[in-house]
Amino acid sequence: LATSRRQAVASIAWSVLLLPPTTALYVVLSRFSLFHPLQWLTECLTVLTSASAIFSFILLCGVVLLVGFFNLEYYSVVPSIACSKIALLGHVLHPRQFFHSLVHCIMGVVVAWCCAVTIGGRYQALGEVTGTSHGPQMCLNENHLVLLLAGAFVGYSHSLLGLVHNMNYISFHTVQQYKYLCFKGTLPLVMRASAVQALYSLRNFLALYFFMGYVPRAWVCRTLDLQVDSSVYSLDCVSGLLDLSLLYQLWISASFLLFTWYITVLLFRIFVTEAYSFPVQPTFQEDAHQCLPEVITGKQPTILKFLALQDLARLSNHCPSRRQEVFSLSQPGGHPLTWTAVNRECLSLLSDLTERLVSHHDNVASNGRTKFRSWVLFPPPGGSRSWVLAHVHHPLTSSLMSIIPSRLPSCPSSPHVFPHVHHPLTSSLTSSLMSLTSLTSSLTSRCGPWPICFMMSDWVLFSLQLPEASSQALFADSQAHIWALEGLSHLVAASYSEDQYGVVQTTLPSILSAMLMLQEAVDRHFKLPHASSKPGRSSFSMGDSSYKTLRFALRATLKTSIYRITATFGEHLNAVQMSSEHRKRLQNFLEYKE
Amino acid sequence: MMCSLALFPPPLPGDGETSHYYSKDEFTTDPSVWFEESHALNLYFPRESLKPHSRPESSSKAAFRDHCETLYTRSAGAWRDAGLSGLLNEIANSSAEVPKWLGVSSRCVLALLQWVSSFHGSLFPHLTLSSEEMTAEFSQVLDWSDCAVRGFAWHPHTQKCAVALLDDSIKIYNPKSSTSPTLKHRLQRSVAALQWKPLCASDLAVACHNCLLVWHVDPTSLSTRPSSGCAQVLSHPGHSPVTSVAWSPSGSLLVSASPRDTAMLVWDVAVESCVPLHRVGGGGVTHISWSPDGSRLMAATPSSLFRVWETRMWTCERWPSLKGRCQSGCWSPDGSRLLFTVQGETVIYALTFTDTPGLPLGMSGGPKAATVVADLSETSLDTPDGDTMVGGEIQSLAWDPRGERLAVLLKGDAGAGRPAMIAVFKTQINPAFKLLPCGFVQGEPGTEPRLMQFNPNFRHGAQLTVCWSNGKITHVAFYFMSARVPQPGVGGSPPLPISQGRPADYVNQTLYTELIS
Repeated sequence: LATSRRQAVASIAWSVLLLPPTTALYVVLSRFSLFHPLQWLTECLTVLTSASAIFSFILLCGVVLLVGFFNLEYYSVVPSIACSKIALLGHVLHPRQFFHSLVHCIMGVVVAWCCAVTIGGRYQALGEVTGTSHGPQMCLNENHLVLLLAGAFVGYSHSLLGLVHNMNYISFHTVQQYKYLCFKGTLPLVMRASAVQALYSLRNFLALYFFMGYVPRAWVCRTLDLQVDSSVYSLDCVSGLLDLSLLYQLWISASFLLFTWYITVLLFRIFVTEAYSFPVQPTFQEDAHQCLPEVITGKQPTILKFLALQDLARLSNHCPSRRQEVFSLSQPGGHPLTWTAVNRECLSLLSDLTERLVSHHDNVASNGRTKFRSWVLFPPPGGSRSWVLAHVHHPLTSSLMSIIPSRLPSCPSSPHVFPHVHHPLTSSLTSSLMSLTSLTSSLTSRCGPWPICFMMSDWVLFSLQLPEASSQALFADSQAHIWALEGLSHLVAASYSEDQYGVVQTTLPSILSAMLMLQEAVDRHFKLPHASSKPGRSSFSMGDSSYKTLRFALRATLKTSIYRITATFGEHLNAVQMSSEHRKRLQNFLEYKE
Repeated sequence: MMCSLALFPPPLPGDGETSHYYSKDEFTTDPSVWFEESHALNLYFPRESLKPHSRPESSSKAAFRDHCETLYTRSAGAWRDAGLSGLLNEIANSSAEVPKWLGVSSRCVLALLQWVSSFHGSLFPHLTLSSEEMTAEFSQVLDWSDCAVRGFAWHPHTQKCAVALLDDSIKIYNPKSSTSPTLKHRLQRSVAALQWKPLCASDLAVACHNCLLVWHVDPTSLSTRPSSGCAQVLSHPGHSPVTSVAWSPSGSLLVSASPRDTAMLVWDVAVESCVPLHRVGGGGVTHISWSPDGSRLMAATPSSLFRVWETRMWTCERWPSLKGRCQSGCWSPDGSRLLFTVQGETVIYALTFTDTPGLPLGMSGGPKAATVVADLSETSLDTPDGDTMVGGEIQSLAWDPRGERLAVLLKGDAGAGRPAMIAVFKTQINPAFKLLPCGFVQGEPGTEPRLMQFNPNFRHGAQLTVCWSNGKITHVAFYFMSARVPQPGVGGSPPLPISQGRPADYVNQTLYTELIS
């Protein structure tokens, strides 16, 4: 835990260190003038050394620190997937997320203010003195106001889009690189992403300002007692907004804002997911809680468990000496404690997933398709193992319950009471709303108001359900399973030549049966509609969408893992005890027919 | 002691009809080699029956009458088809319709772009080639553009092979099944390489013109034309043409290379995501080869530089200052030795990696310099028909999975009377690296070898599959007792079809022996 904390702090420190060059670049770009290159450069130098710039730079540092803190607080290695739009709405309205958005909004204003101070000129201050016929007067500088509002908007949309695109989700890459190379490789993408995202946010902001701009302007004028200068155009008209210099400054500032925040996110991800090598066996007794078998079996925090599983997968593949430690026997007693712990944890992960898939499939099979009933009454956590299960489904269930709390309990398991009525109804309902009214009237007379009410809510939920999402949610934490499979299969394959005491042999039947059972469950799952459809490849944004395809990765890894074992042991597997059904499946693998 | 072709037994003139009808003594000069009488996978694809795609990039344009479109539509089309330069070209060409300043400025920008690209092209001359020419230039296939068989891949675990043909289709042959599926896809054009995924029954990666296709061919399916829905399309902007693909031996990653892209892409195929590995220098990546133990990866570039990547943390070491670009490379089965050849030279170099793979910073024990292990410069050998010239530049290398035979495809030179030919060496890796002469493999008169690969599933020794210029694919078997312990899972000890043919004196000659230090 201490190491991951340290990594996070290091990432924040690096993002603060990267701030000066970014700011300098921003200053250079914001004061860009093609025809006066000398003046441009000298101006940049004076701005960079001025007191106001240093003050705003300190503010920016504070903002970056805060963003880093939010990253640390809000990140997760298991994405939270909303199965329907209502659940998504629940996420957005969640107090925690609201706080996140609010703080980002304010930070956006702060950054925009710093930008305005740096640009100077007509963006410098909120009020300006103009001489009118009534003498000098404090007037509102709308350019400054627009810049601040744009900052607020971009900050808010960053927070909102971060939620929608799961920006707080941290994925582990299959290709491990050194941090610097990884950062260098991603930097151009981040630059592009921030520039493009700034464009989109700006478009939305300008549209909003065009229609609603007078509200904040009037409010600011009233509270600060400023006059509106009637001689200048107001900016919420077409000619006012088509000011190229203003648009350029807005875009550059928004890009700068997003870039600094994205860099913070990027560095955080790189530092936190860096492979960590846990000792397999403790050198001293007091370090025992830090060694691999202990951390793998541990519950909290999830990131440590993930790092340990990643380390297991890597050591099983690359490090013969560390593999040897896993196969070794404990000194007094001669028990394969390490292997037993690792094996037990991996198998429990696999059987957990199998269980989850089977129950999901049963739910679908009994109802014809997924019902929200199945989310609410999701099988209760089976003992201590289902730490992930609860985590994934908890926000979903709670948000659903919070939105439709009153209808559900009073409706006693209606799909089973009225199975015949329910089924044709929902299918016809989805086709047209017109038939709904007629059916409603006819059904109301037949079976009372409650089932209809239930069906309505059911139907509304369905129409808002996101396809594939239930499948994605099932496999949300599958990165852990992928590593467990890789680690186990590599260890088993290596045991063929490296395991001196035969510690792996005794567990081979259970490993094989766990893998084959999972294989069967995964095969059945992929026959469901939506399960095998690939999501469209999204254009690059900072949100990591790799969780959407985790199930494909799991399927591929599972097959490869079984093949790795069969290819290593070959005909010897016929001597392993297993059920005839599993033997048949294994024979397919031995003949390369899967 | 270095090897040269002069120590080889002379090739005998072939006079039979097809190569697999030769008896052992007539055909090969290696006493321990003979052909199997018939092979289930002897294939024949006559060049005439295959129609190449003569479709240039936007040939459909010519088939339609000129239609008056607005400038806006045409510009949008040009932008979609050819990007920025196309757009500028369109604007510059329709000077009547655009304002004068726009036409002039677009012409200026276009000229500037051309100047920059020509400057770039002078740095890396291969960038001036068209995609097809580039694939032909950097492919491991000899004379790729006119070859009926453009690619061949044995399945790593089972008797099954995939053949890429001139008409951009891929056929899959399995002696155990009656159906041989044909894979066709809209994007499957100018196939440069293909490889089966290890530890998997069905996945086949294909390097195509501007993308990478991964086919999932269900081995139990009876369909002869799998739909294009069975193929995953992996593309990345700027990554075309793809000339080389390599699966990691553990089956988890796929690496692809393009001579136009300085980045090598590492794909996680199931997730369809890729990590570009950029390095400065080289101007592209032409050929990649993964060491059989998965710890290292060789990547050749179009300039005189190649890299050896270490696959744990993906760092690389550079091997610059060659005489030309690295043409081909192959790894010993234990991943400790890399043999490579350089364009314009007639020697084989070796690099030895002594460190144990998997240690952190695995390049510490890497070699400091490459050694020359074989010299294949031109020599004349006595044959019954008179002197024959053999030797010359090397097109590709192949090492059999047990590390006992090394096949070298020599380019030959039709003008100088040197036919393309395959020279085979016997190799020994442990305890010391040795190269011994074995013999030449020749086809029917007038045919040349174009492509070769060792069959990884041959149990009795090594089997070299050769694709000939006339469209035939034959299999040359080398029977021997493996000195190494047979791989687990491959099967028991092979039967003993060791030839008792004439023992020749050159057999015991060691051509290259490494000093054991």
